[in-house]
Amino acid sequence: MVKFISAAEAVTFFQNGQTLMIGGFLNCGSPELVINELLKTDLKDFILIANDTGEANTNRGKLICAGKIKKAIVSHIGTNAETVRLYNAGKIEVDLQPQGSLAERVRAGGAGLGGILTPVGIGTKVAENKRIIEVGGKEYLLETPLHADIAVVYATYADRFGNLAFHGSTRNFNALMPPAADIVIAEAEYISDEPLNPDNIVVPGIYVDYLINGGANGTI
Amino acid sequence: MELSKEQIQDTIARRVAKELRNGDVATLGIGLPTKAVKYLPQDINIIIQSENGVLGVGCYQDENNRDCHITNAGGFGVTLNLGGCFLDSLMSFSMMRGGHIDITVLGALQVDAEGNLANWCIPGKYTPGMGGAMDLVVGTKKLIVAMEHTAKGAPKIMKKCTLPLTAVHRVNRIITEKAVFDVASDGLVLKEISPYSSIEDICASTAADFRIELPQ
Repeated sequence: MVKFISAAEAVTFFQNGQTLMIGGFLNCGSPELVINELLKTDLKDFILIANDTGEANTNRGKLICAGKIKKAIVSHIGTNAETVRLYNAGKIEVDLQPQGSLAERVRAGGAGLGGILTPVGIGTKVAENKRIIEVGGKEYLLETPLHADIAVVYATYADRFGNLAFHGSTRNFNALMPPAADIVIAEAEYISDEPLNPDNIVVPGIYVDYLINGGANGTI
Repeated sequence: MELSKEQIQDTIARRVAKELRNGDVATLGIGLPTKAVKYLPQDINIIIQSENGVLGVGCYQDENNRDCHITNAGGFGVTLNLGGCFLDSLMSFSMMRGGHIDITVLGALQVDAEGNLANWCIPGKYTPGMGGAMDLVVGTKKLIVAMEHTAKGAPKIMKKCTLPLTAVHRVNRIITEKAVFDVASDGLVLKEISPYSSIEDICASTAADFRIELPQ
């Protein structure tokens, strides 16, 4: 069963060097409360799996700027000048991924798959050191599963069973990451004592370990 | 004739708008490609997909419809058109990779005579990352590169791209403020010359060879 905790309590699950998945696309649907608490600690050397490294002063971007991320597995760093600076200076490892391949790797990690085959990246740097497998006369790259110690995701709506639902374009990676991590923490804007309408649930509560009352979220 | 930056962009956006057909499902890159929408004729309605998970992107939000949870891939607040819906990142990219997007318009750092595209990395200088571009160009039915013809005077239309590639042999058409090229199996074909340019100007600012097939 899902447990209700505060963001400060959530920080006690973290250790140096863990692999973290954090949901969100730039600022949209990006959890921030646990990140703000992490910034108050000495914890560091995390491997970040996320769509992007945000902006310098928002959500995931703040972890980069605080020097807490040793490696970022993301599709885009261009909106955070600090990630670019650290990368060019050789102070952070950045493993850039095509966004759709990143999404499928996260899915594979949570779905018990040994990887996925995609035509994306064939003939580019992305294919370096990866296996190419031919199916039906066409070449595909083998992209391996991703797994995390902890996932921190945003949800617009949650119920006391841990079920999650989303408004607008906030579902992005938040809907994919919960099955792919050992510990799943969801920051939800509206938590209801009544069950959510089962027809509208996007993430089943069995994937969610901890719920944080997220309050208002999001800026444009 | 020397065009201002804004005139260059408007010229390209106007020409890109003519590529869009009623009912097309389209993905348009941030910046210049997105500008094409404002030049669409009244009777042409397209369904815009945004990689962050919006199908049926409307217009930019204003003070009457502000909602921080609906954005485009650039992070700007947008509205959802009637009949539109939201997608998670898996569905969004399945749509692209699976061949369900009719037309894609993207910018480029370089494009070449073999239809190769480079738009995510200048080694050692500028590496924003590929974002969704690689998935998008692999799956789309039609790929149009819309870009300024040169970068600070240097050609961007190459014999062979020198920058890291986004995808191989995927570009169908190149639209700049000077010209429209098609990518054929034997190389580039010049199809249109902009009123602001000339054959001499295009030859001088294009690094790739091309044959000429202008409409009569």
